[in-house]
Amino acid sequence: MQALYAQLLVGLINGSFYALLSLGLAVIFGMLNIINFAHGALYMMGAFCAYFLLNIAGINYWWALIIAPIVVGIFGMILERTMLQWLSGLDHVYGLLLTFGIALIIQGVFQNYFGSSGLPYQIPDALRGGMNLGFMFLPVYRGWVVVFSLVICVATWFLIEKTQLGAYLRAATENPTLVRAFGINVPRMITLTYGLGVGLAALAGVLSAPINQVRPLMGADLIIVVFAVVVIGGMGSIMGSVITGFALGVIEGLTKYFYPEASNTVVFVLMVLVLLVKPTGLTGRAA
Amino acid sequence: MKNRISALLLGTAMTLASAGLALAQDKTVKIGALSDQSGLYSDLGGPGSTLAAQMAVEDSGLLAKGWKIDVISGDHQNKPDIGSTIARQWFDVDKVDVIVDVPNSGVALAVNNVIKEKNGVYINSGAATSDLTNAQCTPNTVHWTYDTYMLAHSTGQALVKSGGDSWFFLTADYAFGAALERDTTAVITANGGKVLGSVKHPLNTSDFSSFLLQAQSSKAKIIGLANAGGDTTNSIKQAAEFGIVSGGQKLAALLLFLTDVKAIGLDTAQGLNFTETFYWDMNDKTRAFSKRFGERSKNHAMPSMVQAGVYAGLRHYFKALEALGGNPHDGVKVVEKMKSMPTEDDLFGKGEIQPNGRAIHPAYLFEVKKPSESKGPWDFYKLVATVPADQAFTPLSESKCALLKK
Repeated sequence: MQALYAQLLVGLINGSFYALLSLGLAVIFGMLNIINFAHGALYMMGAFCAYFLLNIAGINYWWALIIAPIVVGIFGMILERTMLQWLSGLDHVYGLLLTFGIALIIQGVFQNYFGSSGLPYQIPDALRGGMNLGFMFLPVYRGWVVVFSLVICVATWFLIEKTQLGAYLRAATENPTLVRAFGINVPRMITLTYGLGVGLAALAGVLSAPINQVRPLMGADLIIVVFAVVVIGGMGSIMGSVITGFALGVIEGLTKYFYPEASNTVVFVLMVLVLLVKPTGLTGRAA
Repeated sequence: MKNRISALLLGTAMTLASAGLALAQDKTVKIGALSDQSGLYSDLGGPGSTLAAQMAVEDSGLLAKGWKIDVISGDHQNKPDIGSTIARQWFDVDKVDVIVDVPNSGVALAVNNVIKEKNGVYINSGAATSDLTNAQCTPNTVHWTYDTYMLAHSTGQALVKSGGDSWFFLTADYAFGAALERDTTAVITANGGKVLGSVKHPLNTSDFSSFLLQAQSSKAKIIGLANAGGDTTNSIKQAAEFGIVSGGQKLAALLLFLTDVKAIGLDTAQGLNFTETFYWDMNDKTRAFSKRFGERSKNHAMPSMVQAGVYAGLRHYFKALEALGGNPHDGVKVVEKMKSMPTEDDLFGKGEIQPNGRAIHPAYLFEVKKPSESKGPWDFYKLVATVPADQAFTPLSESKCALLKK
């Protein structure tokens, strides 16, 4: 039973990464109607950004949490301005293909320079060590990841669902022409939204740098699972993707305990089941 | 018209002449370096192995003697079906003579069958499974650098003898992990230890916390990592995070490469015991080779033992071809010649190739240095013990290879 508690907690930790990443995807899909396949590559760029900040500029983890999402977010906005915006009226497939290609290019460039085994990034001193919870040894850093991502998820949800800015955004997706008529610069808002989604991916990258190796394919391995999370949660639903992210982390954790061989397929089995029963996803509404 | 006929005749005569020459003394060789070029094993093999093959060609001196030797490379993506398709195409279309490297035991075993069918030469350096020279041995295969039996006996035995008598395995869920766990379990039980349990994780896993918690709650003294590459580095890094080592359990990285230590960093990796058959900083000869290699490799990386094995295996292959006076394009014949000659090279020293295809040479038990002991960017290991060649690998009496039953 003790082991089970431990697995639940570990699942929650992985779930935080799924939640942060699928949140970014949901924001981008919900507001821009783009299936952002480059999300994994941008997550990886966040981790590399933290690595460079530490090893070249001597800037520590805490600043990296702020700087990396901004840097990568700006990179994302450039992508949106120069390429993605031209696809706005077209079928989803075009956006998917373009972002997939961008992801391959980014990963290829990083792999060419840094190889595949990755670079070490140490846990910041303040978050080292762990505490004994009785049923498991919880590394402080992992606890921090769960708390921090929960805060970010709630903040993003609040920003989009409860503020004036969020209201403009949602209105702009619904009817861009009308919102424009009120004197709001819709294209700029869309660019900023893409930057926000990308920044969330980079933030997840910084969070994961001390846990996983900082390596070019770290995003490619994760992104497929995250897409399954988004599909299960319902495309474009912000709260849905956050909750599903955490829930699937827990389910995956339990699978690792009861039947480890299936741990990398369980998410997809669930995806198939959900699609069979409710094709719009758990929280999605029919279009 | 007359001119045309005579030109045609001349052409035919020339073709015949060159064909005749080819039969007598064919001096063309084509080498295929088949590896994981972009995934988790690409730093320990990959482009570095192709470079090692090119260096072997240049250092052999055969080019100056009129030989024509080409090196091509392919990416098997860690998928057995892709690996065997490339191998088939190389033999059927590209007329490749020898395939080298091939990390990933699953792919290596699949390719093994293709090479036997096509009567090519297989000098495997990257794969670990001891089955290549055991139950699945072929007359076309030479397994150069290391195998699971050797890893189990060297690292496993040393740890059991120093008091690590209860084990829990974290095993990569494919041919290699299974072979390594099997061979290590045999060593543990033979030395009076016991295995408390194991958990199989999928290849290329990024989060090991669930598995590590299971290992932790097993209370085993040693947690054996029967995995490789990125899986091993992530396990070690996360084990440190979960306080496994500080809690009194010890990690046994059964297979650890130079590139892995680099990726983990000495802070976390220090004190780990593991076995390799080559390290760049062993003696003047290995240092000289590694310096030349590092000047041409990506990020100036030192060669891993897999890449060193590609080089040394090919050098021995060229010696055999030279002794044969040309390339007979007959895999069995070349491998027989390779087995009949003792091996000697700058990187692995003196050794031999046993009748089952196993190349034997000494194995070294290393310990990862403390950060304070390391003097350079690749100064990672200190030597703990040397296992002589005849004790490091499967004794022929225990081998189930059909070639031995003639």
